Amino acid sequence: MPEKITVKIKRQDGPGKEPYWQTFEVPYQPNMNVISALMEIRANPVTADGKKTTPPSWDDACLEEVCGSCSMRVNGVARQSCAALVDQLEQPIVLEPFTKFPVVRDLMVDRSSMFEALKRVKAWNPLDGTYDLGPGPKVDPDTQDDMYSYAKCMTCGCCLEVCPQVNENSPFIGAAAIGQTILYNTQPIGKALASERLEAHMGPGGVGDCGNAQNCVRVCPKDIPLTTAIAALGRQLTWHTIKNFFLR
Amino acid sequence: MPKRVIVVGGGLAGLAATIRAAERGIPVDLFSVVPVKRSHSVCAQGGINAAKNLKGEGDHPDIHTNDTLFGGEFLADQPLVQGMCRDAPAIIDLLDRMGVPFNRTAEGNLDFRRFGGTLYNRTAFCGATTGQQLMYALDEQVRRFETLGLVEKYEHWEFLSLVLDNDQKTRGITAMNIWDRSIEVFKANAVILCTGGPGLVFGKSTNSTINTGAAASRAYQQGVWYANGEFIQVHPTPIPGADKLRLISESVRGEGGRIWVPKNKDEKREPQDIPDSDRDYFLERKYPRYGNLVPRDVATREIFNMCVVEGRGIGGKNVVYLDVTPERSGQKPEVLERKLGGVFEIYRRFKGDDPLKVPMQIFPGMHYSMGGLWVGYEDKGDMIVQMTNIPGTFAAGEVDFQYHGANRLGANSLLSCIWGGLESGERAVTWAESDTAEADSSVYGNELKRQVEFADKIEKLDGDENAFKIHDELGEWMTNYCTVVRENDKLDQLSTKIDELEERFHRINLSDTGRSANKTFAFVRALWDMIQLARPIVKGARLRDESRGAHYKTGFDIQKPEADKIGEASDHQGYRDHCAEIAEKWGAKFDLPEKKEEISPEFQEYMDKWVEKERQWNKTTIAVYKPGPDGPDMSYRDVAMTVVPPRPRIYK
Ligand SMILES: Cc1cc2nc3c(=O)[nH]c(=O)nc-3n(C[C@H](O)[C@H](O)[C@H](O)COP(=O)(O)OP(=O)(O)OC[C@H]3O[C@@H](n4cnc5c(N)ncnc54)[C@H](O)[C@@H]3O)c2cc1C
Ligand code: SF4
Ligand code: SF4
Ligand code: FES
Repeated sequence: MPEKITVKIKRQDGPGKEPYWQTFEVPYQPNMNVISALMEIRANPVTADGKKTTPPSWDDACLEEVCGSCSMRVNGVARQSCAALVDQLEQPIVLEPFTKFPVVRDLMVDRSSMFEALKRVKAWNPLDGTYDLGPGPKVDPDTQDDMYSYAKCMTCGCCLEVCPQVNENSPFIGAAAIGQTILYNTQPIGKALASERLEAHMGPGGVGDCGNAQNCVRVCPKDIPLTTAIAALGRQLTWHTIKNFFLR
Repeated sequence: MPKRVIVVGGGLAGLAATIRAAERGIPVDLFSVVPVKRSHSVCAQGGINAAKNLKGEGDHPDIHTNDTLFGGEFLADQPLVQGMCRDAPAIIDLLDRMGVPFNRTAEGNLDFRRFGGTLYNRTAFCGATTGQQLMYALDEQVRRFETLGLVEKYEHWEFLSLVLDNDQKTRGITAMNIWDRSIEVFKANAVILCTGGPGLVFGKSTNSTINTGAAASRAYQQGVWYANGEFIQVHPTPIPGADKLRLISESVRGEGGRIWVPKNKDEKREPQDIPDSDRDYFLERKYPRYGNLVPRDVATREIFNMCVVEGRGIGGKNVVYLDVTPERSGQKPEVLERKLGGVFEIYRRFKGDDPLKVPMQIFPGMHYSMGGLWVGYEDKGDMIVQMTNIPGTFAAGEVDFQYHGANRLGANSLLSCIWGGLESGERAVTWAESDTAEADSSVYGNELKRQVEFADKIEKLDGDENAFKIHDELGEWMTNYCTVVRENDKLDQLSTKIDELEERFHRINLSDTGRSANKTFAFVRALWDMIQLARPIVKGARLRDESRGAHYKTGFDIQKPEADKIGEASDHQGYRDHCAEIAEKWGAKFDLPEKKEEISPEFQEYMDKWVEKERQWNKTTIAVYKPGPDGPDMSYRDVAMTVVPPRPRIYK
């Protein structure tokens, strides 16, 4: 068992500032993960060459891979750092912020664009109100299973980070919102807005911009069937276009 | 000025409050330290209770009420619990309509599972990620209101204080932008605090790292009463960990999971090789009716005793087995995977073993605070449901003290969060609509100035103490001396320790004075409030010389007679008199059974002591902030009892 582990962090003091690298050594503990290593550094912010520095900033909350806060690049891989166990990582452990989102500081990025995307595709059921309006429709267990597989998306952004189509010059909405489009188009009540959602995907930035590189589905920590969603949405759009054509 | 409502916190309670308020047409400003979708509520695994009675068991909201009151040892205000349980089925319908993918039966109906403290299948669930699924459905509804211009989100903003006018009436809040540390005032006619639990006061817990309790503490330091702080739920089955105690949900036991230790202390075999004859399923042995599904406080104390007192934990360590393998739980692997996959994922990832093959290893850990900000319980006089003692400040969710009494039943919290959230949203709008007074503008400026000065003070901290070390010590002491078992001398030592930590706080070295996303600054700011919040918890525990629910004090529990000596409470005259007094006080009508049998002398003695203890202690603890080692000022209020008379809490 190693006595110490080495962690290399790409730091940046604020938006628009120059990034720089710092290396830290952290006492090893069994079952350690990247966040617990960062917590050690935070409590004793001294670099490997003995220089005092400021504690690095990062986002975390649940520490059990369900909130989506702690996304970063760990040894070049986009993932949740709380579930990145040190024992399974090569050293030095290299931590970098996501590259497809603006850096707030150090390992923190601004992913608000992902929440905006959910507004654009109207990922919700159009409810009449919160009052007692009786039960919802019955749902067979298979459909429920299907919906559940999409409903676990925690907006972590890993799928966007690895997508070649997501970059500064492209308005592409990304795989996460495509998954949610399919989820709510499957919902017995959500279906009512299906054509509005499809309209939102026509034109620039919609599902049509996906190059089908399939990187997204490989990194999704929640195993969301993203490529299935992309294909399904493509089909729905085709039908929608045909229908529109004949109705015109 | 147009009316506005502020909601602080975007967990289940905050989102429910926001939706209800926005639905009534009043614009809402919603504040949260993290994007609301990342709030702690996403961690809830097991499910949400409602007596829908879809399994033909004859379940009913009134039985749910009774289970909740009994499980909480009659410390909850009864009219509110009744209201919540009666509305629970409609809340499940609402969530269903929002699109929550609840597990279904073959016919397509909602499926229900059994949880602790009840004999009914009453818990609706989405695999083992129920909280996440409820959160996402509510989050999307809030987003819908955002697009309608009724909700404005302030994510990455931290609530610092209430703005109160000269009449102590709520006028808004101050908050800090975490990304640049700027502090601003936000005006509102009503504020709803939905800021969740105080896990971090105990260092390591099952809570998310953002659950500092700081917001509750800040309101408390401004005069909001903190009630029943001493009631802290320690969950029986988390996985011990260096950074966090990861929860293994009660639903694992609901699906047949069984708790055991080897009969032989020096057992060397792998757990899967130990036959049933060499296993002690101690909960099933001691509680044949409830078995592994006794309420949490009972299960926790049994496991704690087994390990710490009897020294019979696995390999002499503080862990016991939780076995949900198909052979022992009697369920098919694919069924277990479908219903509990989310929990299994956590165990596989963080422990490396497969719970379908190898029994899990677990030990109790701090989980939930029954105590919290005091909120009123009836529309009489100056009391408004979910409103605190400060006019215009409401609270809902884990941060309020209601609904669970001395011990919370599993899957009742998500329910209380949503019910309390909706109610508070409703009441806050009504309050805001009738609020006509305008505050003097200096009120806002003064509060802002106070917060900026406090921030400056923290910025200048350049001593030799490490804030994270102080926090570790606070957590260790609180966990060791103020969780499963409490003793008065240890609580006194803990109190002195808190004084010491407060004193050392002033000598902290703030290792970062930058403005950009300075998380250290925010942590140190919150640490002060954690220390302040520890006091009502510890003092409440110190003064409560009895055992009730999660609060167990050595030397202050009444020994229960042997099972065959236990009779009916209603056959004890003192008990009957006690119930009659309560009925008279609350104008209630209780139907006690006729007095039938003679009771054993042992039960007579037990009941005598029980009635005496009830008279003194069946009361809500109220802590009123007072700075320094003498604080807080403590007093006690009667619990509203209008539904059922209290009775001794004996599980079989
Ligand atoms: C692991 C785990 C599993 C659980 N499982 C279940 C279950 O199966 N069933 C059940 O009924 N209960 C369960 N519980 C309990 C339940 O999850 C919580 O009690 C409930 O989610 C609390 O919700 P809330 O809305 O009150 O607070 P939270 O979800 O904690 O939300 C608090 C909100 O307040 C915000 N906030 C906090 N402080 C500030 C501040 N200063 N300024 C601005 N915003 C702030 C946060 O950002 C967050 O948005 C579980 C708890 C845990 C820990
Ligand atoms: S399949 Fe589409 S969305 Fe996924 S990574 Fe490739 S281009 Fe991006
Ligand atoms: S689809 Fe997967 S990778 Fe993408 S945001 Fe959702 S959970 Fe993360
Ligand atoms: S901290 Fe929640 S996913 Fe890592």
